[in-house]
Amino acid sequence: MADLVMPVLGADMKAGELVAWLKRPGDRVQKGDVFAEVDTEKAVVEVESMFSGVIERLLLSPGDKVPVGAVMAVVRAEGPEAAAAAAPAVAPPAAAQRLAGPRPTIAPAAAAGRLRVSPVAQKLAEEKGIDLSTVAGTGPGGRVMLRDVEEAATRVVARPAAAAPAPADRALRMRQSIAAAMSRSHREIPHFHVESVIDMSRAIAWLTAENARRPVAERLLYGVLLIKAAALALRKVPEANAVWAGDHVEPKAAVHVGVAIALPGGGLVAPAIHDTDKLSLGELMAKLRDLVQRARAGRLRSSEVSDPTITVTSLGEQGAESVFGLIYPPQVALVGFGRLTERPWVVEGRPELRKVIHASLAADHRALDGYRGSVYLAEVERLLQEPESL
Amino acid sequence: MSEDAVREKVLAILAELAPEVDVHALRPDVRLRDQMDIDSMDFLNFLIGVDEQLGVDIPEADYPRLATLDAIYRYLQEKLAQKA
Repeated sequence: MADLVMPVLGADMKAGELVAWLKRPGDRVQKGDVFAEVDTEKAVVEVESMFSGVIERLLLSPGDKVPVGAVMAVVRAEGPEAAAAAAPAVAPPAAAQRLAGPRPTIAPAAAAGRLRVSPVAQKLAEEKGIDLSTVAGTGPGGRVMLRDVEEAATRVVARPAAAAPAPADRALRMRQSIAAAMSRSHREIPHFHVESVIDMSRAIAWLTAENARRPVAERLLYGVLLIKAAALALRKVPEANAVWAGDHVEPKAAVHVGVAIALPGGGLVAPAIHDTDKLSLGELMAKLRDLVQRARAGRLRSSEVSDPTITVTSLGEQGAESVFGLIYPPQVALVGFGRLTERPWVVEGRPELRKVIHASLAADHRALDGYRGSVYLAEVERLLQEPESL
Repeated sequence: MSEDAVREKVLAILAELAPEVDVHALRPDVRLRDQMDIDSMDFLNFLIGVDEQLGVDIPEADYPRLATLDAIYRYLQEKLAQKA
C-alpha cells in the first residue's frame, strides 16, 4: 500500500482543501494521473498520483481541509514505486482532519512516519506542544526542519484567541499567499543581483526568419528563446538550479524552469515546464502555450506547482527595462528579462543601432557567489548569440 | 464572407481569449492593447483563432497592420477577397 498525501503546492502552503475526487475506489491510476482537485491559497490545483496502482480508499470528503503531508487516499501500488512506497501504517479515516474542526489526534509514530521530521525538530515540537501534522516542512522532500517548528512556535504564541475569519475572496487569498512567500524570501534569502545588457539582434533576426517559415500555430514567441537560454545556461552553473535545504544547497539534476505568469484577476503563478533544457523550441513553445492557458483557467497540476527548480520572469511587455526579482523559496535563483529596446551599440569600434535586452540574475548568496552569477549571465548571452543552436 | 460576419468572428475570438471583456464595447478605432490587457501570447492565440476560423494565416511581417479592430477588419476583408 502507498499513501497519496497532500502535496506542498507553494512556498508557504500549510494546508489544502479537497475540492473533488477525480478517481473512485477501485479505479486504476498511473503515476502522474490526476486523482483529485485541491484548493490552495492561490488556485485550484489538479493533484497527480505519485504511484501506479489501484485506489484502495479515499480518506477525505470534498470540503475537508488537511495539512500538507496528511494522507488523502491509499493506493494498492504496483510497479517499481510499490517497493519504495513500503507502507507506513495507514492512518485511519479519523486522521482525515478538518482544520476548522477539533484538533486531530494522530499517533506520533504514524505522524512522523508520514511527515518526515528531523529528530531535533521533533524534540522541539514535543517541548512546545506543537502538532507536527500542522507544520509544513521546508526540508528535502518536505521534511520538517527545526526552523519550521521554530516558526510554528512563533505563530502559536502570536495567534489571537479568536481565529480570523477565512478570507473568501480569491484575489485576497492570492495576495496573502504571495505576501507570505515573498516575505519569507526577503527575510531568509541573502539576495544579490547581477545584470547584463545583451545584444538580441541576431536572435531576433533568426526568429523572424524562423517564424516566416512556420504556420501561425507553430510560431515562436521570442520569450521562448529567453527561457531556453536560461535553462541551458544552468549546465554551466548548475548550482543555480537548486533548492536551499536549511543549511546546504541541494543541486537538482533536472531543469524545471518555473515561468512567471500574470493572472487576469491579479497575482501570479510560476509553474514548471519540466525538463526545459531538453525541449526543442517548438516543444517548449507548445508547452508554454498550454501552461499559460491552464494557469489562467486555474487548471495547473501539482507537479507543475511544486517542481520548479529556478524561475524566469519577463516583464518587458509591460515596459520595464530591468527586472530585479525576489527568489521564490526554496529555489536559489530567479532570472529576469526586461523590455527589448534599441540602443547605440559599439561594434568593432563603430556605433550601431542594436536591439538589446537587460537580463538579470537574482541569486541566493548562500548557494552561489557573484562570480558564478556573472558566469551564468555570460552564458545566457553567449547562447542568445547562437539562436539556431537553442 | 460579409463584413458583419468577419466582424462577429473576430469579436467572438477576442471574447474567448478575454471573457472578462465586453468586446462589443471596444472602440474599433483605438489600439486594442490600450483597451485590453493582452500580451504577446494572447495576440498569438488570437491569430491562431483567426487562422482556424477564417482560414487566414497572418504573417509576422503584417502584425503592425493589426493594431485596431478597424485595421483588423480591413486586413481580413482584403485577404479573404484575395482568396475568393
